[in-house]
Amino acid sequence: MNLRRITLKNGADLDGFRKAVRWLIAEELAPQHVVFAIDDAPGLFGDEQAGDAAPVSLPKGVARLIEQVVCHHDPERYALLYQLVWRVLNGERDLLEVASDPLVHRIDLTARSVRRDLHKMHAFVRFRRLKGDNLERFAAWFEPEHFILEAAASFFIDRFRSMDWAILTPIGSMRWDRAMLIFGPPASREDAPGEDSFEEGWRGYYESVFNPARVNPTAMRAEMPKKYWRNLPETAAIPGLIQTAAQRVERMIEQEATMPAKRTPERALEAMWDQEPKSLKELNAIIAKAGPLVPGATQAVFGEGPAHAEIVFVGEQPGDQEDLQGRPFVGPAGKLLSKAMREAGIEREQAYLTNAVKHFKFEQRGHRRIHSKPTAGEVKHYRPWLMKELELVRPKLVVALGATAVLALSGKATPITRSRGRARFGAYEGYITVHPSYLLRLPDEATKREAYEAFLNDLRRIHDLAQADLDTGELPLAAE
Amino acid sequence: MDEKLSKKLRILADAAKYDASCSSSGAPKRKADVDGLGSTVGTGICHAYTPDGRCVSLLKILLTNYCLFDCAYCVNRRSSNVKRAKFSVDEVVTLTIEFYKRNYIEGLFLSSGIIRSPDYTMEQMILVAKKLRRDHGFRGYIHLKTIPEASPWLIEEAGLWADRLSINLELPTEQSLERLAPEKDGASIETAMAQMFERIEEAREERRHFSPAGQTTQMIVGADETTDADVLRTSAKLYGHYAMKRVYYSAFSPIPDSSAILPLKSPPLMRESRLYQADWLLRYYGFDVDEIAASGERGMLDLDIDPKLAWALKNRHRFPVDVNRAEREMLLRVPGLGARAVDKIVVARKHTTLRLEDVARLTSGLKRAKPFLITADHHPKARLDQLNLRERLIEKPEQLSLFA
Repeated sequence: MNLRRITLKNGADLDGFRKAVRWLIAEELAPQHVVFAIDDAPGLFGDEQAGDAAPVSLPKGVARLIEQVVCHHDPERYALLYQLVWRVLNGERDLLEVASDPLVHRIDLTARSVRRDLHKMHAFVRFRRLKGDNLERFAAWFEPEHFILEAAASFFIDRFRSMDWAILTPIGSMRWDRAMLIFGPPASREDAPGEDSFEEGWRGYYESVFNPARVNPTAMRAEMPKKYWRNLPETAAIPGLIQTAAQRVERMIEQEATMPAKRTPERALEAMWDQEPKSLKELNAIIAKAGPLVPGATQAVFGEGPAHAEIVFVGEQPGDQEDLQGRPFVGPAGKLLSKAMREAGIEREQAYLTNAVKHFKFEQRGHRRIHSKPTAGEVKHYRPWLMKELELVRPKLVVALGATAVLALSGKATPITRSRGRARFGAYEGYITVHPSYLLRLPDEATKREAYEAFLNDLRRIHDLAQADLDTGELPLAAE
Repeated sequence: MDEKLSKKLRILADAAKYDASCSSSGAPKRKADVDGLGSTVGTGICHAYTPDGRCVSLLKILLTNYCLFDCAYCVNRRSSNVKRAKFSVDEVVTLTIEFYKRNYIEGLFLSSGIIRSPDYTMEQMILVAKKLRRDHGFRGYIHLKTIPEASPWLIEEAGLWADRLSINLELPTEQSLERLAPEKDGASIETAMAQMFERIEEAREERRHFSPAGQTTQMIVGADETTDADVLRTSAKLYGHYAMKRVYYSAFSPIPDSSAILPLKSPPLMRESRLYQADWLLRYYGFDVDEIAASGERGMLDLDIDPKLAWALKNRHRFPVDVNRAEREMLLRVPGLGARAVDKIVVARKHTTLRLEDVARLTSGLKRAKPFLITADHHPKARLDQLNLRERLIEKPEQLSLFA
């Protein structure tokens, strides 16, 4: 049987190879009857032959391998791939799993070489800014080993989307103008700028991070082969660095430790450890400066009340109203809390009210800002501030309003129904009850009234607990 | 680039280079916005290699090398006479952006000497990250060093902007810390590591951004008397308790103007390399610290051969292993077979019976594997028990150091 000659375009001719495979498989031509040639002007194998051949279905791994291997400069790449396709379609569907097979091994090495070249292109392209140009435009000259220009494009677009750049190579060029990618003809080194104002700084950086005591040029060359050096501005420093390394190390070793000049700056050292905020005002300034640790929020809402209040109430997070006014518990739930406190004999002005999370986390839905429950992780982000706040207020009793407050105070998620009542939060005597917003959400009046009574009872006990001398254990109510 | 800035860069890069970590891996894949800059790829990219064979991936600098601490091993300790410099927040932002635009780097790795207070220093570092992300839409990689002496809320903030956080333990034992790093304290380092660990785990479960590439740490090897076994024990604890992504080992290396209380000698590079191999065995090959330690002598790893080979030579009764039949766990213990080669073997042998030449295509370590391996056409027989096996398998020493 005559050999069939398939001519493919120069470069990575993935389309041409796909068409050829369809046709060859349709004609049932085994690899030994086919030769692949590469020419800039393919003529012997025309579209008309492949036009109606059915697509060939290949395992995903094989298809992916083909995409990579066609980029290789090895003229045998198509023949190797066709052998692989033939065997996969003729009883060895899982051939790729046999990594020890000589053909699979060879194709794998070929693909690896392409992937490596691609990786090195991502790494070693060096953009230089075009001069005399008000717009910021960049260009780079690079010499890839294989036909990988197209394959490399998406990396540079994803990374430098807002930049205007061009990459010029001997096998073609590409330009991104912040909207579109255009491929162009091969270029030459002179087409790219010869320098960039940041290169000297970069070279200085490169020289400085080198540790002469660890000199190991072999390891460097293994990862940064010499063929890439001429297009890397920093490599000019290499010979000098290697030459002087031994000397530099000897000098370091010979040099006796010098006497320190001014070494115990006692006042600075003392001041260094004096960094903790000393007042709520200082703490709040820190919180304000940090900005929200949750999505949403226009401003931080700080705790409010006397600096050394006996009772601290901790809620979940500020709501819509609180966020706008910058004060805690001023919305509907806050009003309900005030009312209940009054009825239970607790003066709101004498208590310290704050939230576990200091910012309003919400989702914008049209004009409405919908409260969004902080996650456990988010609550924990705010926890160090809350702990500091308690440390500064030093209350007799800390009241957790709702589950989020319990999580923030104890560090653990605990259902309210099971833990309601007296509690211990680290160093603080505590009390757990529901959040007033829970009362607002209840559907019918009867349950609402009942729940409000229970809440009121909690507040009365909180009032009594705060009155009692907790340290001596003298309690007006039996502990549960 | 401004000459003054260039000078500062030299000083503050030189001051940062003793941190071994440079990896830009582990961040979720990101792409630049229409107006933004930067992306991340899973495994990271090394943009250059210096003649010490180390990769340059991130712009690794200190915000300042002025420092109030006096850690004996550190080139930046307050009692050292090195040149000092300090970047402004905006200078670091500019350098990062301009270097990134030229494709020199994957992002920023920012650390700092302690000035004014740990909190002040940490705040400045966070500010850099925040400005990059918020003002420049920077989506590249950011690694922030955490200062364990800083207030805990700063860690909470740092993780929101960084891809990776790290605290260097530097010295594997509390005694060494006390002696060589008087301002540091092991307990506060571990508290901070635990805090980061919790937040990282929670954020992962909640699909939020908090140091998504996890945390890492570094230990200096050769500045104190700690044995390899104790170093590895500390590593195992760090991996176990805090899910460290990596523990880096840094051979203590001569520094300019070094402290009088430390050994001035060539860095123990081979020891460092063996520790990395042992570390790999801990994480990916199912070994535990005691097994690895027993492969050496008096708690020190064998410097002439890799720790897996050392273990196999001391446990010859577990070999030879049949490449066509053995369990994956046992194949992983064969010298010269890496985890990837083992995975390929396990898949390939479902379809075929492996011969020696097949195995040769799957690993570059066949010479070391051969005495321990049975294939369809090979059995080591008595060779496994030869007394000179160790000598025959010692690799020719590579050029690792000037002092060799």
